[in-house]
Amino acid sequence: MSKFDFSSVLDAWPLFIDGLWLTCLLTIVSSVLGTMLGILCAWAIVQGNKTTKLLLISYVEIFRNTPFIIQMFFIYFGLASIGLRMDAISASLVGLTLNLGAYACEICRAGLVATPRGQIEAAESLALARWQVFLYVMVPPALARVWPALVSQLVIMMLATSVCSQISAEELSYEASFIAGNTFRNFESFAIVTAAYLILAILERKLLLWVGPRFLFGRMKF
Amino acid sequence: MGEFSNWDVLRNLLLSVPWTLFLSAIAFVGGTAIGLLLLILRIWKPATVGLVISWYVQLFQGTPLLMQLFLTYFGLGLIGIQTTPLMAATLCLSLYSSAYLTETWHGCVVSIPRGQWDASASLALSLNEQLRYVIFPQALRLSIPPTVGLVVQIIKNTSLTSIIGFIELTRTGQIITNITLAPFFVYGLVALIYFAICFSCSTFGRALERKFSFQQ
Repeated sequence: MSKFDFSSVLDAWPLFIDGLWLTCLLTIVSSVLGTMLGILCAWAIVQGNKTTKLLLISYVEIFRNTPFIIQMFFIYFGLASIGLRMDAISASLVGLTLNLGAYACEICRAGLVATPRGQIEAAESLALARWQVFLYVMVPPALARVWPALVSQLVIMMLATSVCSQISAEELSYEASFIAGNTFRNFESFAIVTAAYLILAILERKLLLWVGPRFLFGRMKF
Repeated sequence: MGEFSNWDVLRNLLLSVPWTLFLSAIAFVGGTAIGLLLLILRIWKPATVGLVISWYVQLFQGTPLLMQLFLTYFGLGLIGIQTTPLMAATLCLSLYSSAYLTETWHGCVVSIPRGQWDASASLALSLNEQLRYVIFPQALRLSIPPTVGLVVQIIKNTSLTSIIGFIELTRTGQIITNITLAPFFVYGLVALIYFAICFSCSTFGRALERKFSFQQ
């Protein structure tokens, strides 16, 4: 018997495709929701009163200072035990979104704080409402400023979806474990999936760095 | 089966904390050793070596740690080494940390202004002396805050070693949950313990950052 044998693992390719699909779905949905949550929280921290600030900073610090896997276990098993039941995919989405929200908040806050006072005053003097000032004047340049950091965080979150396999969300890592268990080809199965993650990570970074300046905040120079 | 009181839960969780800290410590020490070696290679040697090292960094930063752990655990077995979870976890986390540490430190070295290199070269310092007396002391100061951040990241990531069967805080939490069937309480407690450890590290890091930014 040869030491490496990829054939039996590769035969299970439809399962890998299923897993890949769910990984992409989890990544896209929670990236969008998490980034929006992060921007909202950052706004509330910058503009809100003391109580809101304290509450949101606690949220950010709690999620930034505990392991993701414990957050998932708490959301999936812990909340279910007090009556809040979710299936694995919803729990994964909630966990990923809250986790990314915390990191994105910290990143976006840095971008929002750096908005020059004059720009806000100029917008206010044009009689824009507060939400308009925020959405049209503050957010786009803030996003442009922190985009590289945010992209790195989004890639980290994509890789973190692998932890969702531990609460039985059937994404790429889950399928890898499943196929490994069926074929007894542990190394080969995980090697293929690791390569898939690497390609996804590189593509996601390239795509986001391309998309950001073109569609999200325009080509700006600061 | 005996009763498992809240005190028993807390006591058993706290007993597993040293394992989490121990694993974090060896991962950091191992990561520092390999990371420094790679850093020096990257500065000293021609661009090809730097390119290979940047692939190494990309490999570890572009794949999930969970997969890296599985590959190390099963890969070592495949090449005929009898592995224990501790051994696989140590090896994998050291390599993983080294990639992040070397990238961060390289960033710090690169951000030292070109003039510092030129000035020290014009004083006829060798590359060795330039690094030792001019570049590293300045880069060291820059590198402290991000390094503390990476330490927190390493501590949090040791939780994933529970999946390959290493018994630390997270695994202990899972085992206790299986006995007490009280996941809300147990995982809440586990999260609290991690928070206590990581938040004190983060706070310490921020204090250092403030201290060093005032000096500049």
